[in-house]
Amino acid sequence: MTVGILIVSHSEKIAEGVVELAGQMAAGVTITAAGGTDDGRIGTSFDRVTTGLASTDSGDGVVVLYDLGSAVLTAETALDFLDDEAKARIEIVDAPLVEGAVAAAVAAASGSPRGEVAAAARTANGESTAGEPTAPVEGSGAASGERIADVRASEADEPYERSVVLVNRDGLHARPAAEFVKLASRHAVPVTVNGKDAKSLLAIMGLGLTAGSTVRLSTPDPTGRPAVDALAELIESGFGET
Amino acid sequence: MTVGTDWALAWIRRTADVIAEHRVELITLDREIGDGDHGENLDRGFSAVLPKLETLPDGSTPSDVFKVVATTLISTVGGASGPLFGTAFLKAAGAVSGREEIDSAGLVELLTAARDGIVLRGKADVGDKTMIDAWSPAVEAGAAAAESGADERTVLDAAAAAAEAGAVATEPLVAHKGRASYLGERAVGHRDPGAQSSALILRAAVEAAT
Repeated sequence: MTVGILIVSHSEKIAEGVVELAGQMAAGVTITAAGGTDDGRIGTSFDRVTTGLASTDSGDGVVVLYDLGSAVLTAETALDFLDDEAKARIEIVDAPLVEGAVAAAVAAASGSPRGEVAAAARTANGESTAGEPTAPVEGSGAASGERIADVRASEADEPYERSVVLVNRDGLHARPAAEFVKLASRHAVPVTVNGKDAKSLLAIMGLGLTAGSTVRLSTPDPTGRPAVDALAELIESGFGET
Repeated sequence: MTVGTDWALAWIRRTADVIAEHRVELITLDREIGDGDHGENLDRGFSAVLPKLETLPDGSTPSDVFKVVATTLISTVGGASGPLFGTAFLKAAGAVSGREEIDSAGLVELLTAARDGIVLRGKADVGDKTMIDAWSPAVEAGAAAAESGADERTVLDAAAAAAEAGAVATEPLVAHKGRASYLGERAVGHRDPGAQSSALILRAAVEAAT
C-alpha cells in the first residue's frame, strides 16, 4: 500500500493532465483527479473532492495538492465533513501543483509514509531542505517496510564517495531521475549527488545533468556504502536506456 | 418578538430572489477584479437551495434550514463563495441549534458564528477587500444594537446597514486575498463582489423579518 495523492484543480483538464504526468513516474500509486465543477465547468467540486479523498485513501493516507483560491477552500471544507480518524490521514500541502505532484508521486512510489510524501511535495517550493541531505526519519523505515537495512561495511569506517559518468543520451531526465530517487529513498542513510539530496527529485532534476556529466555520490555515514554503490551501478547501467 | 423557522425560510427565499435580481451586477463587479463568475455561481447555489427547502419536514428549526443551505451551497456553487458562505451557514446553524425561536442576542450569536466561519475558512482579515469587510462591521453593529435593547428586526437592520457601508468601503482597498490579489493596485476603485453579495444577503434577512 502506498500514500495516495489527490489533485484538486479548477480545471478538469489540468487535474487529469497532472495525474497523467505524475503517474508516469509512479506506477502503483493511486493519484486521483478532482478538477472542475460537477458539470465540468471551471471551478472546484465538493463532491468530486469528497469522492476523490475516499477512493484515494487506501489506509495509508492522502496528500492533497491544489491550484488556485477556492480549490483549497473546497478541500478544507471536505475535510471538515470527515470523521477525525479519516481527517488525520489527510494532509493538504501548499506547493506548486505540477512539480509538487511529481515529487510527491515519486516519494509515494518508494513507499514513503505520508509525512515524507508531503515533505517531498513541499520541496517544490524551493525552500526547506531540497538541497540538503535528508536525515533518516525515526521509524520511517519500519513504517514503509521496504527500506533496506544498511549493514555496517567492515572495511570502511568513514565517509564514502564514488564518482560515475552519466551515459544516458538525454541526460538525467524525469524518468531516470525518478528511478534514482526511488532507489535512494529505499536506503535510510543520507546520500548526496553533487552536493544535493539524492532523495529529492526536484533537487536532482535541478542539477541539469547531461550525457557525459560526472556524478559524485557521497555519504557522510560509514554504513552508507551499499547505498552509494547501488546508486552508482544504477547510473552506470544507463537506466535501461542507450 | 422573536424570529423563527418562518423567518429563516423567508430569508433564504428572499436571498435567492435578490441574488437572481443582482446576478448581472455581481458578475460585472467580479469581472472587473476577479474571474467574473460570482453572480452566476451564487445564483446557481441559491436556486438549488429553493427546492431543498420544500423537502424540510414540519417542525424543522431555523438551524435545520441553515444546514440545508450550507450543504447545498458547498456542493453546488463551485467557486470560493461556496465553501465560504456554506461554512458561514453551517456555523450559524450550529450557533442556534435546537432553538425554535431566536431573540436579538441569538441573532448576534448567529451573525458572529457566520462571520467566524468565513474567517476560519478564508483566513482573511478586515481590510483585505473580502466579504469579511462586510461581515465584521455587520456583527459589531448588530451586537451594539442588541446591547442597547433593540428588537430582532432592528438588530438585523443595523447589521445590514453596516454590511452595505462595509461593501462600499472596500472600493479604495488593495486586495490581499482571492483572485483580486493578483491585480495589486488595479483592484483599487472596484467594490469587492463578495462583500456586496454579503450585504445583499444580510438585507434580505431584514426584509424577511416582518
